[in-house]
Amino acid sequence: MDEIKKSTISTSDKNETGIESKETEGLSQRQIIVKRFIKHKAAMASLVTLIAIIVIVYTSLGVNIGTGRFKISIPGWWPYKIDQIDPEGALASSCNGGVTGCPTLDLAPPFLDGDGIRFGGHPFGTDIIGIDYFALVMRGAQQSIMVMLIVGTLGILIGTIVGAIAGFFGGIVDAVLMRVTDMFLVTPTIVIGAVIGFRFGNLGVAPLAIMLGLFAWMGLARFVRTEFLTLREREFVDAARVAGASDRRIIFKHILPNAIGIIVVVGTLLLSGAILAETALSYLGFGVRAPDVSLGLLISQYQGSFGISPWLFWWPGTLIISIALCVNFIGDGLRDAFDPRQRRHISMKERRKARELSEVPS
Amino acid sequence: MSTTNQPVLQVSKFNIDFWVEGVWYPAAIDMNFDVQAGKVLAIVGESGSGKTSIAMGLMDLLASNARVSGSVKVNGVEMVGAKKSLLRKTRGADVAYIFQEPMTALNPLYTIGFQIVETLRTHYDMGPQEAKTRAIELISMVEIPNPEASFNKYPHQLSGGQRQRAMIAQSLACDPGLLVADEPTTALDVTVQAEILDLIRNLRDKLNSAILLITHDMGVVADLADHILVMKDGLTVEYGTSDQIFNHPQRPYTKELLAAVPKLGSVAVRELRPELVGLPPVLKLQNVSIEYPKKGRVPAFRAVTDFSLEIFPGEIVGLVGESGSGKTTVGRAAIGLLPTVEGKIEIVGRDITKPTAQELREIRRFTGIVFQDPGSSLNPRLPIGESIGEPLLLSGDAKGAELNRRVEDLLDSVELPRSYRNRYPHELSGGQRQRVGIARALALTPSLLIADEPTSALDVSVQARFLDLLQNLQDKLKFACLFITHDLAVVDILSHRIAVMQDGRLVEVGTRDQILKNPREEYTKRLIGAVPVPDPEAQRIRREARLASK
Repeated sequence: MDEIKKSTISTSDKNETGIESKETEGLSQRQIIVKRFIKHKAAMASLVTLIAIIVIVYTSLGVNIGTGRFKISIPGWWPYKIDQIDPEGALASSCNGGVTGCPTLDLAPPFLDGDGIRFGGHPFGTDIIGIDYFALVMRGAQQSIMVMLIVGTLGILIGTIVGAIAGFFGGIVDAVLMRVTDMFLVTPTIVIGAVIGFRFGNLGVAPLAIMLGLFAWMGLARFVRTEFLTLREREFVDAARVAGASDRRIIFKHILPNAIGIIVVVGTLLLSGAILAETALSYLGFGVRAPDVSLGLLISQYQGSFGISPWLFWWPGTLIISIALCVNFIGDGLRDAFDPRQRRHISMKERRKARELSEVPS
Repeated sequence: MSTTNQPVLQVSKFNIDFWVEGVWYPAAIDMNFDVQAGKVLAIVGESGSGKTSIAMGLMDLLASNARVSGSVKVNGVEMVGAKKSLLRKTRGADVAYIFQEPMTALNPLYTIGFQIVETLRTHYDMGPQEAKTRAIELISMVEIPNPEASFNKYPHQLSGGQRQRAMIAQSLACDPGLLVADEPTTALDVTVQAEILDLIRNLRDKLNSAILLITHDMGVVADLADHILVMKDGLTVEYGTSDQIFNHPQRPYTKELLAAVPKLGSVAVRELRPELVGLPPVLKLQNVSIEYPKKGRVPAFRAVTDFSLEIFPGEIVGLVGESGSGKTTVGRAAIGLLPTVEGKIEIVGRDITKPTAQELREIRRFTGIVFQDPGSSLNPRLPIGESIGEPLLLSGDAKGAELNRRVEDLLDSVELPRSYRNRYPHELSGGQRQRVGIARALALTPSLLIADEPTSALDVSVQARFLDLLQNLQDKLKFACLFITHDLAVVDILSHRIAVMQDGRLVEVGTRDQILKNPREEYTKRLIGAVPVPDPEAQRIRREARLASK
């Protein structure tokens, strides 16, 4: 009897601790952040869109990296290449006004006065000499995304580390690092870009991006430094020190997550800025050179034909805007996820509802 | 302006609600009170009881998600639903505010003179010269020394008390019929607080203004109030004259609130446990001087000079002094957060005067610290479970499941639910955060605990519970404790011995009774005299004695 009693008690104990431990199951900081990020609708949608864009962009044309012996070449599923002229296709897809090479893509179904959904041979049309424009835009987007990722990674990495070290240690370390930053800052970006572009533009996009990245970190470094200067005076830093934390742990575990908001915000601006910088350089003729293309180069090449064949302008433009917007939304979601104090704003709808309720006589 | 018998402020059936996440949350429910000219009404309650919302709601200063209903009459004029222009005219001229934090309520970019002149010229048709003369008059009325020079001073050039005086001068600029003082002395030292209270009382007599005083401090209430309104969760608990509330409280909550206020000399003497007597000291400070090193052109600042103190196992020593007296500096140096320039510090027999990184890591196993501001001492990006577990993790004491278990034990010991471990600091109340602070400090079962003003940010009832908890833990774990505070009543409850500091020097040290009952030094006497007692009659006698001794 006693035995039975004991066993039931112990199982019920176990059950209770089971439920309790489920509730108290220690979620780490990262898990909580991921959970919160997934809840952010705009950011998740942007993430999905961005991933879709990247997948389409890289699989359609395949990947060709490097030269000579180190060439990695994966073929893509799109039938046309960027150096392949298809005059028949261009003629076949001429529009009503007699303009050749306009897009065969039609997304309007018949009941909306369209011709039904179809892609046709050249969904994005062809350029003036008859090269498939989808291929060109995809190639351009490949280049732009690569630039964005390389510049972004380098810029954020260098900027955060320089800023964190300068802000945390202060004194002579800070002074030296900040003067170096000043040196980088006082040189006009466009001049640096032009020089880099002139020198490295013909080597392909990766060296250009790396060089751009080496000149893109200063703004972030300053922001991170300021953030560290205020954060290191907070009492939780002392508390961590008393707990026995090393400088490295204090910087990376305690202060950096608190500075992540500024890093993410400035970092996303850096990413979209990198795309625009590459676009600008290519537009000026310092970036990617023909026969290779980038989105900026496409826009600059066809700026004159905006009146007759506007699609030559739209597609690269749309892509630049979508990528930059997606990156910004993701940054927004990350900042919200990292900030535990983030509270949802009262929406206009809720406010209206509140006003209606308040008019009910109390 | 108004007839003599009409109350300056009449509030009836006054409700405030806040719209949060689709629900109306009431902040004040059916409030009815009025204030006569020359009288002080105190609204007392704990944080979150809605007292500040009322102050802001009177003049429609609330956030956009609030709604107000009922009636507020200032000199007989209805304010609820009044036009914006009327409200603006009334604010400042008929109703003036004094806020809690003079540093944030004054604009740091302008001189105090400019800010007073601004108020004057907004409400009156006044030339700049005339306004300046009036401003200087006001500055001298609030007893800021050297009014002519102070006119051109910026807020940061004034001390906390002077800033509060400047704030008061600004709010008095238009001879308001009603002065709303929202926790006017909470951010100030006791001695400064006493002066400001004197000032407010004098001004009331001189200007015959009505004063609405909002505070959580029963001592302040006892000192000033004619009528008292006790609030809890937006509801009026009790409303009556000062005498009724203090001497014949009717409601249990009022009694509870009064009981939670620490009173000087109300607790029996705490004796050290006999088995702990005669052990070598845990912390030994010998002629210690601490300097903040010079920074650029700012010369080095000596915060503590020639300070000696010993703390024995199982003993709580209260370190008392005004802000700027160097007591926090001592606390920080005692666990190796600040270097010393002279003297010697020993912890558990180890010399940490010039510690190496290795020595520091070792002594951190024996020491813990609870910081003043629980909001800033917990990493906002870390769930509290991780904050508590950090000392255990870093010292290599526990890992994984063992660490989880220890964290849960610690949460149990400070009487917090285990499920709180995944919460972030901002999801906890101030008192709960401070419990987390204790749990972290005690994670390694230290032999020395430094408590740096742990209760200064807490309500009285929360403070009482916190002090109980600390005492229980101390009885159980028998750590030595240096309890730093500006509140003499708190050290009175807790400590075995008391050390008094002024301007970086040790003024007096002795057992609790020696210091509180028979202080030898003038400064200690002054400090004790300035503590307001939550009893109007006793406070009046103390006040008169203090003023007479001046």
